[in-house]
Amino acid sequence: MLRWIVWRDLMLAWRRRADMLSTVFFFVIVVSLFPLGIGPETQLLRTIAPGVVWVAALLASMLSLGRVFSNDYHDGTLEQLLLTPQPLFLVVLGKTLAHWIVAEVPLVLVAPLVGVQFDLSRETLWLLFASLLIGTPVLSLIGSIGAALTLGLRGGGVLISILVLPLYIPALIFGAGAVEASIMGTSPAPHMSLLGAFAIVSLLFSPWAAAAALRISLE
Amino acid sequence: MAITIAPQYNVAGGRQKILEVSQLGCVRGDRRLFRGINFAASPGTYIQLTGPNGSGKTSLLRILCGLLAPAEGEVKWNGANIRTLAEEYFTAVTYLGHRHGVKDELTAVENLRISNALNGLEISKERARSVLQQMGLAGRELLPARLLSEGQRRRLALARLLVCNTRLWLLDEVLTSLDKGAVALVRSLIENHLAGGGIALVATHQELELSAGLTKRLELTT
Repeated sequence: MLRWIVWRDLMLAWRRRADMLSTVFFFVIVVSLFPLGIGPETQLLRTIAPGVVWVAALLASMLSLGRVFSNDYHDGTLEQLLLTPQPLFLVVLGKTLAHWIVAEVPLVLVAPLVGVQFDLSRETLWLLFASLLIGTPVLSLIGSIGAALTLGLRGGGVLISILVLPLYIPALIFGAGAVEASIMGTSPAPHMSLLGAFAIVSLLFSPWAAAAALRISLE
Repeated sequence: MAITIAPQYNVAGGRQKILEVSQLGCVRGDRRLFRGINFAASPGTYIQLTGPNGSGKTSLLRILCGLLAPAEGEVKWNGANIRTLAEEYFTAVTYLGHRHGVKDELTAVENLRISNALNGLEISKERARSVLQQMGLAGRELLPARLLSEGQRRRLALARLLVCNTRLWLLDEVLTSLDKGAVALVRSLIENHLAGGGIALVATHQELELSAGLTKRLELTT
């Protein structure tokens, strides 16, 4: 059941590859603008790197979130998904998982590469990768609530950002904090644990909240 | 806004009513669409829902399938309110809205297989092909749905009715953009469904003139 939804969404994303690539390109370009704008001041670049990469990841996921439900909403398939005989949170969980694979995993994979521009050490790049790997599911999960709430509204894209970005703050603080700790030479473990805890909490409550929001949006 | 319901029962129902609608009312925004709708349906009943544009046909069907909560009244399926049955009720219902529910990027076979799989019915590629051929889509099975004409997309959406084994069909304006052959196909689909003890509720401006089952009419007025 869940596998059919994930498979369906992955196939749809594959048939519309341009959407997926634009998110990755946006992320790469935003991150690259900082070293170009600041110049070769390695100390400063190292300091701002965690924040810049994480903020760029948040903004890039804003681009893709609007599409999580809206394509299905416009052609009527979302109605059909709501009428399938399984709990709606499972449908939402499947779509969120597909969104994470399509829109967030590519960011996680390129992050260490774009991180090189900030003169980060090898361990720090690994940590950047790990923090995004744990942190990006939070972006998909919480983002799905915003996407469900703004479904069918005019100017929904901006509204999603206003609703969802404040909720990303804990992920941003702990995610960037972990990378920063590694740059400073202290242990990133506390930050990573808190980030993981935040990911688990959002996994537990987001699908239900998004399912409830979907029912309201489709009335 | 005054609403009158004029049901014309061809046959007095003496059989078990598995779908019961009582005192149903609907408000959209600050506009009241209808109130006080009562009807019941036993197996083998075809209900034709008519009414001018904007009289609430789509809203009534969306209430009946559980997408929309009624402002007042209730819908009962086998004696239980559909709002409490939730997912259990969805196993008994197929709803086709006026938006087809067809994904443009997927091929006809993929569309059919996925929409059925999500409803718990996994069908093989061969089965999907033969169903599509029955719906007059032979040779179009592997085309992305966006390359199909409006009528063909409608046929693709209707192909689900050949696979599903649900008791209650709620069809919203399904005859639009269908040619004569396809309308005849829909008629025979509904007749088979009724003969098998199903119930069909169809919002349409076209007469289907079924030869089987009992036909009721439900007219919404503004």
